[in-house]
Amino acid sequence: MVAELLRRTWAMARKDVMVELRARDRMNAMLFFAALVLFIFNFALGPDLERLRAVAPGLLWLAFLFTGMLGLSRSFQAERENECFEELLLTPGDRESIFFGKLAGNVLFMITAEALILPLFGILYNLDIWGELPSLGLVAFLGTLGFSALGTLLAAMTAHLRAREVMLPLLLFPLTVPLLLGSVRATEAILAGEGLGAVSHWLKLLAGFDLIFLVVSPLVFEFVLEE
Amino acid sequence: MAHTSWIARVFGVAASVALAAGLYLGLVVVPPDAVQGEVQRIMYLHVPSIVTAYLAFTVVFFASILYLWKRDLRFDAVAVSSAEIGVLFTGITLATGSIWGKPTWGVWWTWDARLTLTAILFTIYVGYLMLRAFAEDPQAGARYGAVLAILGFLDIPLNHFAVQWWRTLHQPSSILRPAGSSVAPVMLVPLAISFVGLVLLYTYLLLERVRLERIRHRAAEARLKRGRRG
Repeated sequence: MVAELLRRTWAMARKDVMVELRARDRMNAMLFFAALVLFIFNFALGPDLERLRAVAPGLLWLAFLFTGMLGLSRSFQAERENECFEELLLTPGDRESIFFGKLAGNVLFMITAEALILPLFGILYNLDIWGELPSLGLVAFLGTLGFSALGTLLAAMTAHLRAREVMLPLLLFPLTVPLLLGSVRATEAILAGEGLGAVSHWLKLLAGFDLIFLVVSPLVFEFVLEE
Repeated sequence: MAHTSWIARVFGVAASVALAAGLYLGLVVVPPDAVQGEVQRIMYLHVPSIVTAYLAFTVVFFASILYLWKRDLRFDAVAVSSAEIGVLFTGITLATGSIWGKPTWGVWWTWDARLTLTAILFTIYVGYLMLRAFAEDPQAGARYGAVLAILGFLDIPLNHFAVQWWRTLHQPSSILRPAGSSVAPVMLVPLAISFVGLVLLYTYLLLERVRLERIRHRAAEARLKRGRRG
């Protein structure tokens, strides 16, 4: 049962990654956009490094989430544009594996983008993040997982709507406020050298968020896919 | 069905009476607050509004689950109607809170925990209404709406903790608190009456809005039939 789910999830994720490796359109757009966002923040806030450093955790997470949003919106639209949605639905068996496969792909793409944003961010804003990479990575992973769990579900939903490009952020950002607050607070504590112990309650909130939506999203996913 | 049912009428009249009584007691009869003065009287509308909004969103949550389970469009009509009214009451809460905040805190808006939570709630359910508006197929719109309503409702406790830790400025709850109520009993009377009035108003609006939804369905069906014949 579990082995079957894993096998099907793996197949779905592998397909998405393979398409991406061949076309490279999603990843290229995400990476270039991420770099652009870091640039634009600098112009919007002025070159004063002290000021930039004070708001750095918030900027970092905005860059993460905007970039992630870009990737999520492509996740199901590509299926739709190539008329693969029906085939996806015709696949026999349960639909949870479609969800988990898409989720795995989305998390992977977003983490890859973050792995580039983070060092670039440290260089451009002159922040000493290098010693804190493991704890920053943990926070980034927890935030990314929850954001993608909700985002994958909502991306599948909004792919069928009019004005789908605007609807995904409109629905996803309000729901992920707890995630943003927790991730930014935890990042702030890490960059201030307080360590993870000072923000353990925030980490628990992030983990709780992830857990709730990793359970609920696949459960309601089939209602979104119905045709 | 084309006309307001007698039950809705009863709720409408009862709501008017209770609201008029609550406002008269709150704005005229009861003495002003010892510390905050006259401006405190807005509480008689502000507090019951947010409680009614939460009631409305709870109804959306359960009606959405029932819709996904039973696939009866009547449940969906209740969900979308209740969401609209909930957004209305949340809007009233934000507006009255702002009017109260200016003379009391000196600002129209501050990022206090409870204010922020209410604003987040507002954005989630405005998103829900936009989703409904943007769905091309009504059946799909009902399904998407139900899914989003479930996600949104589960999100509320997470948001609650998050904004609580983030910051707290709001005057703490005065009635439901461990040390017992700090509100003078004479003030509780108009508060309770206003609350009953708003719940009656909610029920009246819900019944009427659900009726409107049914008429819309009928109109859409009639259009479809005519289209097929022509």
